Amino acid sequence: MKWILLTIVVVTTVLADLLQSHEMKIGAAERGGKFPLVSILKAIVMRPKLMLAIICLAISFFAFLALVQVAPLSFAVPASAGTFVIETVLARVVLNEHIDGRRAAGALLVLGGIVLLGR
Amino acid sequence: MGLSARYYWLMASTEIRQKRGAGMVGLLLMVIFLKPFSNLFLAWGMKELPSGVSMNPLFYVKAMFVPLVALGILMQVFWLLFRMKLLSLADLSFVLPVTAVGYVLTTVLGRIFLHEQVSTERWIAVLMIFLGTALVGSTRHIKTQ
Repeated sequence: MKWILLTIVVVTTVLADLLQSHEMKIGAAERGGKFPLVSILKAIVMRPKLMLAIICLAISFFAFLALVQVAPLSFAVPASAGTFVIETVLARVVLNEHIDGRRAAGALLVLGGIVLLGR
Repeated sequence: MGLSARYYWLMASTEIRQKRGAGMVGLLLMVIFLKPFSNLFLAWGMKELPSGVSMNPLFYVKAMFVPLVALGILMQVFWLLFRMKLLSLADLSFVLPVTAVGYVLTTVLGRIFLHEQVSTERWIAVLMIFLGTALVGSTRHIKTQ
């Protein structure tokens, strides 16, 4: 069960990260680099992609609550770094990005760490 | 670790100098520390509830009213807002490696406050994840607009 919950946490977090990063850069550019907290709250309501990011974060959050019930915190949080492995694979497969040695080594280190956590 | 710490500081101080602000330092510290502590309070609060995963969504809605869980949620909300603010000022390739130290902090907090047994194997795994995250995040794979 903990691996299913971990997968939900990781996948929804990846989606939220991508959407947030994309929308916040656009928002900041539109405002000449300034993006006060009040405007961020307004942007969450006004921008559908940012709202979708929040929904993904909510799903990730509830899955995380369930995860910390069945697994130690020292497993749940480090294992959620699986997002970096998925993001690297997505960048290569979907976006056809060039993955340099450093990034590939980093993703492999994270994957190795997760495998070690699961033992 | 010493090398990583120096690398971290170099990267963080360079970015901070570029942004020229004590506010940026405060924002960065909030983003680094809020998450591990919010995770601690969430886990602490959830341990007070009956163990096992519930398929009833109401269980998790009720869980949100457990004081420690509520405190963890409040901290997560602030973390989310501060992180969004940080993402509007700095690249994800800067934010991710610097905040990766949170994995180590969370494990330390779990060991101290939740008395979790953290084996040598698990510490090695956490360090591998921390270093791996720092490496992945430090590559400039996301272009600034």
